[in-house]
Amino acid sequence: MKQYEITEEPLDITRYHSYTINESQGAVCMFTGHVREWTKGTRTVYLDYEAYKPMAEKKLAEIGEEISERWPSVITTIAHRVGKLEISDIAVVIVTSAPHRSDSYRANEYAIERIKEVVPIWKKEIWEDGEEWIGDSRQYHSSLEGNQS
Amino acid sequence: MNVLLFAGLKEKIGDSRVKLPVEEKITAGELRELIYASFPQVEGDVFQIACNEAFVKDGHLIESGDEVALIPPVSGG
Repeated sequence: MKQYEITEEPLDITRYHSYTINESQGAVCMFTGHVREWTKGTRTVYLDYEAYKPMAEKKLAEIGEEISERWPSVITTIAHRVGKLEISDIAVVIVTSAPHRSDSYRANEYAIERIKEVVPIWKKEIWEDGEEWIGDSRQYHSSLEGNQS
Repeated sequence: MNVLLFAGLKEKIGDSRVKLPVEEKITAGELRELIYASFPQVEGDVFQIACNEAFVKDGHLIESGDEVALIPPVSGG
């Protein structure tokens, strides 16, 4: 594994979890993002993720640097899977460890928010009646309220 | 100049990279206009420009050997 990784392989979360543990860290926070079948009544069949891999890994590492500036004791690792993902598959894993729990929680949420802003990864939702590249988190199926496309 | 394409832009333009008739330097803003002029099917689509794997602003000068990519709004996580 790499500390900041884009991979086609299923994510082995225990390896990322173990990576962040050392004798100083008393708290480990692990977030896993999964493929959701139902979004406001619309059924997703599967997702197709694509990444600009070298830049995406670079941006993940930058997020790790931002976390180190804000919470210097935190150890971070982030991996995102690409390709075809089935319902409940893990798309992203973020592990943040710290001496105490507060920093590990805060750093973890910071990481997922930044991923959604700056990391060149794209998700295509495949529905029973169509498909669409998702441009931002407000855009879902065209039947949904608030769709902007 | 080769430009990498992803997601919806890749599908609309029909290839994962395109070659544009740029001999030497071009600003990112000029590149954006050239994309819209060359591929009317992406008119109205928003994207950022990455040069050598970093986001750049419209005034950034892109050199012919740089790795250039169009980055539509991201949706990872």
